[in-house]
Amino acid sequence: MTPLSRRQMAWRAAQDMPDGAYVNLGIGLPTLVSDFIPEGREVVFHSENGILGMGRAPAPHEVDRDLINAGKGLTTLVPGGSFFHHNDAFLMIRGGHLDVSLLGAFEVAENGDLANWTTEDPGFPPGVGGAMDLAVGAKEVRAILEHTTKDGRPRIRKSCGYPLTAAACVKRIYTNLAVIDVTPDGLVVREVVDGLDLAGLQERTEAHLALANDWRPLAAA
Amino acid sequence: MIDKQVAGIPEALAGIRDGATVLCGGFGAVGAPDELIDALLAQGARDLVIVSNNAGVGTTGLAALIDNNRVRKIVCSYPRSDDPRAFDKAYKEGRIELELVPQGTLSERMRAAAAGLGGFYTRVSVGTKLAAGKEVREIAGATYVLEMPLKGDVALLKADRADRWGNLTYRKSARNFNPVMAMAAELSIVQVRTMVELGAIDPECVHTPGIFVDRVVVV
Repeated sequence: MTPLSRRQMAWRAAQDMPDGAYVNLGIGLPTLVSDFIPEGREVVFHSENGILGMGRAPAPHEVDRDLINAGKGLTTLVPGGSFFHHNDAFLMIRGGHLDVSLLGAFEVAENGDLANWTTEDPGFPPGVGGAMDLAVGAKEVRAILEHTTKDGRPRIRKSCGYPLTAAACVKRIYTNLAVIDVTPDGLVVREVVDGLDLAGLQERTEAHLALANDWRPLAAA
Repeated sequence: MIDKQVAGIPEALAGIRDGATVLCGGFGAVGAPDELIDALLAQGARDLVIVSNNAGVGTTGLAALIDNNRVRKIVCSYPRSDDPRAFDKAYKEGRIELELVPQGTLSERMRAAAAGLGGFYTRVSVGTKLAAGKEVREIAGATYVLEMPLKGDVALLKADRADRWGNLTYRKSARNFNPVMAMAAELSIVQVRTMVELGAIDPECVHTPGIFVDRVVVV
């Protein structure tokens, strides 16, 4: 069994972005997704600091210090892109104008609860940024995360151990082992990496999993 | 005649009092009024409440204000950065109070103050620790939390161009919180790269109309 790399996880999440969608990618792993949008699809990337039509990282001659993404890294604008102020940027997020919000996560619960803003580490002040806005406001919220912690504890749980970002918001989960949908009947596995069966995946998951009738191997480009 | 340009940074910051609530523009370093914030240290105001998306980087600007014990409380969404040493130290030593606010709630609270609203209901933060103690209400089948307006005594802002009426334009993602903070403060002070003649900014492209601006200084 070979888990997906981070770039392969990003590739898989990118395949689900519909043509014409307005999409916000959270900081960290989700940001990689913009590198893998399939040829011929036009996806408009939103950034919480007032950008629609965010492009790739700049070549040296394109660097502009006034043009950064939500992670505060340098970025570019595609033709057709626009700038606006923070209220409009968050009105787009909170008012249901974004089609997809893809967020990193510490944990996701079987009802779609999301925990991604604080581990309550007393030596580390909490930061929420736009996470709660993105988890509540987008038309569809998807989460992308490693299936287990570094020491092997499950991150897809019956209920989140860390403080919630938002309740029952996640609809689809991408991990390095599987693609899982959150449904009214619980978690349904759509794809699993080669060499891992449902029992093996369940061992690495606290929440109960059901296998979709039309499940497929999780392809890694 | 209206002329909001002042001679220098000391004139721009004149009258900022101890205990003031100061809205600071910027998202990370971009769009942040670094020179005004650095000069606020020299100006001497203490016991400040700072409203800013972030809590300073490295050893200058907001970080220097915090390090020098000028900030009683910070209202922000994300106090972390590449180099948060000043905030982290003050926080761990209990020298600064943190009010953590979801980023869109932060900007909307300022907009509410600017628009004369008594607050607003939002679904953001419902059921989380950041909604603890706040009024909740069912509206059309969903649960909302009441958030209160957030008004500044002063706003310290950065823009690209200004004219003498205080009309402003910003560059690219340096706009961020600056417009809403200009609207939400009693006294809005803006540092700009350059002044232009009245009428030189295309009226279709004014980002912040001069009614929201009190003082402009070229840095």
